[in-house]
This record gives sequence, C-alpha cells and structure tokens, in this order.
Amino acid sequence: MSIPLSHYLVLAAIIFTIGVFGIFLNRKNVIIILMSIELILLAININFVSFSAYLGDLAGQVFAMFILTVAAAEAAIGLAIVVVYFRNRGSIEVEDINLMKG
Amino acid sequence: MGFDLTPVLPELFLLVAGLVLLVVGVLTREGEAARVVATLSVLALVIGSIIIAASDKSPQLALGGHYVADGFSAFLKILLFVGAALAILLAQGFLHDRRIARFEYSLLVLFSTLGMSMMVSANSFLALYMGLELSALPLYVLAAFDRDNLRSTEAGLKYFVLGALASGMLLYGCSLVYGFAGTLSFDVLADAFGAATAERPPALLPLGAVVGLVFIIAGLAFKLAAVPFHMWTPDVYEGSPTPVTAFLATASKVAAAGLAVRVLMHPFGEWTAQWQQVVVLISIASMLLGAFAAIGQANIKRLMAYSGIGHIGYALVGVAAGSERGVYAVLVYLAIYLVMTLGTFGCILLMRRQGQYVEQISDLAGLSRQRPMAAAALGVFMFSQAGIPPLAGFFGKLLVFLAAVEAGLTWLAVLGVLSSCVAAFYYLRIVKVMYFDEAAEPFDTAVHPAVTGITAITALATLFFIVWPGPLLRAAGAAAAALVR
Repeated sequence: MSIPLSHYLVLAAIIFTIGVFGIFLNRKNVIIILMSIELILLAININFVSFSAYLGDLAGQVFAMFILTVAAAEAAIGLAIVVVYFRNRGSIEVEDINLMKG
Repeated sequence: MGFDLTPVLPELFLLVAGLVLLVVGVLTREGEAARVVATLSVLALVIGSIIIAASDKSPQLALGGHYVADGFSAFLKILLFVGAALAILLAQGFLHDRRIARFEYSLLVLFSTLGMSMMVSANSFLALYMGLELSALPLYVLAAFDRDNLRSTEAGLKYFVLGALASGMLLYGCSLVYGFAGTLSFDVLADAFGAATAERPPALLPLGAVVGLVFIIAGLAFKLAAVPFHMWTPDVYEGSPTPVTAFLATASKVAAAGLAVRVLMHPFGEWTAQWQQVVVLISIASMLLGAFAAIGQANIKRLMAYSGIGHIGYALVGVAAGSERGVYAVLVYLAIYLVMTLGTFGCILLMRRQGQYVEQISDLAGLSRQRPMAAAALGVFMFSQAGIPPLAGFFGKLLVFLAAVEAGLTWLAVLGVLSSCVAAFYYLRIVKVMYFDEAAEPFDTAVHPAVTGITAITALATLFFIVWPGPLLRAAGAAAAALVR
C-alpha cells in the first residue's frame, strides 16, 4: 500500500506552519527561532522530495540537496550573529531585542 | 547548449577576484589591507561592468539552462556593479572613523553583488534560490558589521531572522510551482501550463501554482521591503552602519526588483490577470505607508527606509502594468532611484560633529550656511525623490504612471500621484530644516574626498538628467524588449 502524495504535502504544510508560528509566537529565546527556520526549510525539503518522487523527475531531489547545504551556511551565520549580539547585550531573550522600536 | 561558460564570464571573474582578494587581504599588512582590498574590489567591479558592456546582448543560456544572459540582465548587472562600487567607496572613510576598517567589508559587498548578479540572470528556481542566498548571507553579516555596537548587531539579528523567513516563504512557493508544473526551468514553465495559442486564450493556472506564485511574491516582497513585509526595514536601516544601509537600500532592492520582474513577466507573463491584483495591492499599500509613516520620523535613516518603501511602491506600479512599457518604466525608475539614494546617503555621511556621525533630521539645521554645496546637493535629492520636475525623480514617476495608464490602471496612477504629494511633505521638511532653522553646533569641515565626489556626481546626474536622458532610456528600452519577447 503506497502513501498518496497529498499526505506528504499536508505533512509539509503542517511543519511549515509550525515553523512560521514558532518565529512569531515565541517570546523566549532566539535559538528557538533558529530551530523554527530549520523546520521551515525541512518542510520545504519534504515538499520537493515528494513532488520529485511523484513526478519521477530528479530535479526536485537535487534542489533538496542544495537547500540542505544552504541551510547549514545559514545556521552558521545566524549563530555567529547571535554570539556577537550576546556579547553586546548579555542576553538573547526575544523580548530584549528592542533597542530600536519596530 | 553544451558547456559554454562565456555568458557567465562576469560572474566567474567576480568570483575569482573575490577569492584572490581574500588571500590578498590576509597577506597585506594590517593597516593597509582595508584600503588595498577596497581599491582592488572597485577595480574588479569596474572590469566586470566592462565585460558585461562588451558582451553579446542576445539571450544566451549557460549552466544547463539555469542561467541566462540577455539585455535585461546586462542592464541590471551594470546598475548593481556601479551601486556596489559606490557603496565600497562611500564606506572607506566611515569605517576608518568608526575604527572598523576591515578588508572583509569590501569582500562581503563583492560576494553579495555576485549573488545579486546571479539573481537577475536566474533562469530557473534553483538558480534564483542560490543567487538570492548568496546575496543575502553576506548582507546579514554586513548589517552586523560594527560588531561591538549593540544597534548594529541587533540590526543584523533582525535582518537575519526575517530574511531567513522570507527565503523560506519563497522556497515553499518554488516547491509548489515545481510540483504543479513539473519543472524548475522558467523557459519550460511557461509552456507547462498550456501557453496561449492563436485560437485559445491562456488556460487558468492550477490552484496550487497560484498559491505557490503568491508565496514567491511574498518572499520577494520581503527582499524588496514592500508592505506588508516591510517591518524589518526601519530597524535594520537605522541600526546598520550607514554605508551598509546605502548598499541595502540600493543594490539589494534593485536586484530583488529585477528578479521579481523576470519571474512575473517571463514564466508567468501570460497570466498577468492572476498576479496583477496581488502586485497592485502591495504597490498601493507600499506607496501609502511610505508616504504617511515617514512623516513622524526623526532619524534620517529611518526616514530613508520609509521613503524606500514608497519608492518600491511606485516601481511596482510599473510591474503591475505587466507590459513592455511597464518593464521599461521600472528599469528607468530603478536606475534613477539607485543614483538618488546613493547620493542621499553620501549627504548623510557628510553629517559629522566632532568626529561623530549624527543622523537626526534636526541635526541638519543650519547646513545651508555652513556647507552650502552639501545642502544644495541634499536639496536636489529631496526634490528629486519628491518627484518635482525637472529633476530625474520626476521622469521615473512619469514613466511608471504612464505605463499604468496605458495598461488601464488609471486609478492606480492617480493613487500614486496623490501619495507622492503626501510624501513631498517630509522631503520638503528636510529642505526647510536645512535652509530655515537656526543652526545648532557647527559640522566638521574635514570631509572624505570619495564621499564628496560621489555626492557631487550623483547630484549633477540627478539635476541634469533632463539634458541628456537618451543613453539611459535607450538602454532600458533595449533591456525591456529583451525580456518581453
């Protein structure tokens, strides 16, 4: 028995939504935002790989590989910025990132 | 297609130059490195522009069809390279004064420009995403470049989080469009949904592809700083070092706008009706927010953020027209916007008191008496941004609104004119503060020659655009014709 495409898409949509809400509803810690960004990118990977398998077209899986690589670079830069921010502010609570209004 | 790398030559050159300069920066003596690398980076960008100007303008595919070099990309790339070179030149004095003169600044700008150059040449979603990330990752670092300054690091953090979210939304859109079209290539995409023939109008896009397209537009709107995805702009612009803000406000926006035009006009060009409402909505909201929210700002960099949001709204009026005239108007608008904005940031960099950079609008008081030329230049930029003839900014707006009227969007053009009247208020307020308010403390007289030079040249270009508009208009016309085939 095979799992239909729609199940994968719904799963990806749910994970994507959790990621987006994780960024906006989280009031605690910037690290959680980084985790949410990873969730978003992995949801997209599920989308790409399932479409790729469904269409029998390899391009989607190649794209997923690229996304994984870029996600690693992005996480590295994100963590570096969090570290310099922590050195200046002494905190990475989301509520403390409020020097400029906005 | 084969494995011909000639069309990618400008990018390859920039890449190799960037890698070599990394080594040069490490091997040069500590105090010299920043200046040497900056000079060589500017040289690399100039050579890159010359390679593009000399290259064949007919559409050429490369890298397995993921990359296209045509007149449209050539026009935007020259704009981007010039913008990046000026952003490097503007920065040197500032970085030195703030004691953050590190050679990495020029290299980050160089790599980011390489990414932007890939963006405007993207011919598939894969190339689009890689270009976008390559341009965005150095920009996050640049925003936090003054790493011992809390404001700068906060700007970097905010830009990173929202930028990553934006590229996530864009990618989700790409994955949906890929799934429903079965291809990543822009060329194949147009046919995949059943292109229009003589006897039948284009079919409607499948619902999934429409949702994907809306996600893509949302992701690009983030990069463009268009409403409703503009929240990061004022904070990031205020916190980042001023030359970085100039780069963000010019090159980054031009690249994102070019990419948006290509995605909407090339693969989805036949389905104008299906994305037009979204673009119109974003455009109206950006114009109005840009006009009203800037009124209460006290910091000139925040004001420029809102002004930039407004400008993107006007440029999107041309995109919404969805015609060759519209693309042409957008390209002219972007070129003029780039020149005006770089000049304005040059003026902002001239505002120094006792070695400190000041950025409150009230600090400008009395500028006309102490530094009449600087005040005149800033006056020219403000009048031009407000769209007052005969300055360059007026012609950008005129072309955009004409394109909208021709496409049957007269009411959109009327809204644009009205909001630019509101926006004129805060531009003219700056002129009033400079010329009529009582002077506070005097400004420093020592200025950096590069900043003065760039300000003077951009001011003259803005002022005398009307005398010699031909080259820009012709180049933009050819670029638009290359895209809308």
